[in-house]
Amino acid sequence: MKLTAEEVQRVAVLARLRLTREERTELTEQLDHILTYMDKLGELDISEVAPFTHAIESNELREDKVTNQPNTEALLANVPDRDGNFFKVPKIIE
Amino acid sequence: MNLASLAVHDAGDKLRKREISSVELTDAVFERIAATDGRIHAYLTLDREAALDQARRADARLRAQDGASPLLGIPIALKDNFLTQGLRTTAGSRILAEFVPPYDASTVQRLRLAGAVIVGKTNLDEFAMGSSAENSAFFPTRNPWNLKRIPGGSSGGSAAAVAADQCLAALGTDTGGSIRQPAACCGVVGLKPTYGRVSRYGIIAFASSMDQVGPMTKDVRDSALLLQVLAGRDPADSTSANRPVPDYAAALTGAIKGIRVGVPKEYFVSGMQPEVEKAVRDGIHELEKQGAVILDISLPHTEYAVAVYYIVATAEASSNLARYDGMRYGYRAGAKDLIETYMITRDEGFGAEVKRRIMLGTYALSAGYYDAYYSKAQRVRALIKRDFGEAFQSCDLIVTPTAPTTAFKLGEKTQDPLQMYLSDIYTISINLAGLPAVSLPCGFDPEGMPIGMQIIGEHYDEATILRVAHHYEQATEWHKRKPRIEDR
Repeated sequence: MKLTAEEVQRVAVLARLRLTREERTELTEQLDHILTYMDKLGELDISEVAPFTHAIESNELREDKVTNQPNTEALLANVPDRDGNFFKVPKIIE
Repeated sequence: MNLASLAVHDAGDKLRKREISSVELTDAVFERIAATDGRIHAYLTLDREAALDQARRADARLRAQDGASPLLGIPIALKDNFLTQGLRTTAGSRILAEFVPPYDASTVQRLRLAGAVIVGKTNLDEFAMGSSAENSAFFPTRNPWNLKRIPGGSSGGSAAAVAADQCLAALGTDTGGSIRQPAACCGVVGLKPTYGRVSRYGIIAFASSMDQVGPMTKDVRDSALLLQVLAGRDPADSTSANRPVPDYAAALTGAIKGIRVGVPKEYFVSGMQPEVEKAVRDGIHELEKQGAVILDISLPHTEYAVAVYYIVATAEASSNLARYDGMRYGYRAGAKDLIETYMITRDEGFGAEVKRRIMLGTYALSAGYYDAYYSKAQRVRALIKRDFGEAFQSCDLIVTPTAPTTAFKLGEKTQDPLQMYLSDIYTISINLAGLPAVSLPCGFDPEGMPIGMQIIGEHYDEATILRVAHHYEQATEWHKRKPRIEDR
């Protein structure tokens, strides 16, 4: 086994995902299976290969200009919870 | 004749000659949807009133002979990961089940400017993660050729809608085959353009170094017409290419004599369905009859592509999907504190495959594993790209199967994620290298399921692959077959 249930739990916290005990057990098994498949990559000598950066060089720069009109209502239209013109979120600072 | 069964270019001719109106055409499409979608389930959201309004405006422009866009008055469906202003956009996820975007994707804007009629939003695997459309949080889509089979994925709703004549054409997105594999499964044409050819602005991000928008159509000419409208620089997407856009429809004509077609031996291996191999080999032979020169080539790192893809794509996905935290939009679970709110929101909002990929990607990027997985994968990705570069020294395009099998049965692969990932073996290398590729119908298996042939081109050379695909299509009848949708 490449993975333990504890490691899966550690990654779940990093990813901000709550997992039930059953999900954790199932994911440990599935991810282990997938990661074992990934071991294929170890067959290759890649010591001289530079990592991929772009499919094509096309990063185009532009002026950083504001083009959208301020529209508070449109931005707040999808908010789960609001207070006037503010996003209402759970308390962050103790 | 059912107007909904027309190709875009045929309907466009009739609209411009005023033989039909866009309202008639749009009505025919909605009638067809009403008659068939209870069995196929291609659409998540329909926008009938707005569509008819757009059709009326298109008719006014047609009467005034204002604007010659080939898409003027044409009903088109959008995969539900294109942002549409004022029209619910879910990405097939519970976490966005109520999300109504405040703006249009750049590609949607381009369609609107061209006068297209937006029919509605089609089903997909959640966040475009899947190969069968079974990962939708809402319901699975059925293959119009056989309702017990998957339509492919992730753009399964778009492919099924085109095949079932529930629209004249559709847009999809393709990160590892999500346009081409469902196009093959449903017997339609699907084009993934070069990375950077079409703007990604307003597409719900999955893996940003590979995501690309493209058309799904009833024939090759229609793909050329749609690409013409979609392609080009967009200041809102810094990875969209600042390069001239050729006339794709004009490029369809012209000889293919002497064109060099590479056939990679690594794509014809055991495990593929024999009828798929035969149909694609027959397709290659047809190109040879038309004057193409067939060359055996090698893409030696092909066998590593699935491993590379599922590291790179999941790493990017884990980062892109971090934004779904329940704070500014989307679903939010009630919980006692901030961290718990995040964790429960994401647990309840995401489905199993999305969680699996977020976990895999987070693991591959986490301290201590980055070098072993992500960094290694990006190096092997460079080798895969180099393989194609070397192959294109000796050939002009590459022909392969689109998928190793025809559409499988619903539920057949849902229990084994790795088996599901392997249905993408022929399409993902192309995304890793950023190349353009088209899938088009090249036959049927004994069960009557369509088979797709994939034509891969050099960066930005959509014109050549469309030309060769068009020549093939002119010589064959596969694209003219229509599914007879069972009454069940």
